[in-house]
Amino acid sequence: MHKMWWKILGSVLVLYATIAGFLATVPELPILHETIRNLYFHVPMWFAMIVLFSISVFYSIKVLRSNNPLDDIKAVESVNTGIVFGILGIVTGSVWAKFTWGQAWSFDVKQNFAAIALLLYFAYLVLRNAIDEEQKRAKISAIYNIFAYPMMVVLLFVLPRLQDSLHPGNGGNPGFNSYDLDSRMRMVFYPACLGWIIIGYWIYTLLFRLRSIDKNSAL
Amino acid sequence: MNLASQVKYLLKKELLLEWRSKYALNGVLLYVVSTIFVCFLSFVSVVSLTWNALFWIIMLFASINAVSKSFLQETKGRQLYIYTIASPFALIISKTIYNILLMVLLTVIALGFYILVFDYVPKDLPLYLVATVLGSLSFSTIFTMVSAISSKAGNGGMLMAILSFPVIIPVLIVLIKLTKNAIDGLDRSVSLDEIGLLLIINVLVMAVSLLLFPYLWRD
Repeated sequence: MHKMWWKILGSVLVLYATIAGFLATVPELPILHETIRNLYFHVPMWFAMIVLFSISVFYSIKVLRSNNPLDDIKAVESVNTGIVFGILGIVTGSVWAKFTWGQAWSFDVKQNFAAIALLLYFAYLVLRNAIDEEQKRAKISAIYNIFAYPMMVVLLFVLPRLQDSLHPGNGGNPGFNSYDLDSRMRMVFYPACLGWIIIGYWIYTLLFRLRSIDKNSAL
Repeated sequence: MNLASQVKYLLKKELLLEWRSKYALNGVLLYVVSTIFVCFLSFVSVVSLTWNALFWIIMLFASINAVSKSFLQETKGRQLYIYTIASPFALIISKTIYNILLMVLLTVIALGFYILVFDYVPKDLPLYLVATVLGSLSFSTIFTMVSAISSKAGNGGMLMAILSFPVIIPVLIVLIKLTKNAIDGLDRSVSLDEIGLLLIINVLVMAVSLLLFPYLWRD
């Protein structure tokens, strides 16, 4: 039981964020109206994705040092989970964009770069499929993963700041926290972020355990 | 033998091999020239925005062809031989320097021919030249490492494109922005951000390549 406290914490936080996200009062703003509630779902997806990809890079570095096949499974499973969160982030963003910007894909820089960042990780998975030998696959894909990570950081955090974007906080738009992330919304937003990160980590550990059982029974 | 002299010898070997066959330079040069000519025949006259984008697309494919051969071309036996006598650092540095030399030469010739054929001169030609040199620098550092990864993975050409496109897109976006400034003849202080970002990306890629290549090389 004492090992499970973080899983309970994650579930409670996500439950709380979902219920409070739909029921709590939010500031009434033009254009955004009630869609502002999507903040509790759209943004945490990206945080969870970044955390999972960082975990993956951490284990990729470990693979290079230890050549442990379990570390390789950890690296690939966290990428798999991260991609799911990335796709969810894009989908929730598109729904939000449909109602506020007028169309689901507005060719906003952040939308485009997020899609390209996902392409990087699809390329990582394709690279894994291209190599048959297990040891070699672990090593080469770990190298590509570490090589791609700084590029993803540039894509998601540096380049959008150089261009105009429809997202808040870019291109002359005021950031969210300046007017609408008031203290009431923060009470839901921060728990939502933490909760989704924990849930993402949980899914990743489940996938990892599944894959390692598969691997052991295959031997 | 210390690193500097190893790099010198390996670079000399690359240049000598190239000079004897002149395959890479002539082949890629012909590729670029014919692509530019085909583009001219199909577009005839273009607006400045298309002119710029077209140039970078042509250079992207030409440089993938030019740089990808650097590792894919080496036979297994020669790789083993170099592995026994030289350090991996010397190898990746020499390959990168050779590719930079090749790419800079290629890009400058291509730019001259492109300007000649389309009869269009950017307003700020020196800045455009700086941008193309920076572009060929980034193309060579990134593609050298990716070609090393894809050559180790086995099936070359296809994987090379899949792995390198998501990595090169951020660089390409910055390059197109920088060259557009040059075409519009904006004040040079506007472009300092982009130049700095490109240099940072190059340093980052070089550092990551140097750290990772020894692991990749050791089979």
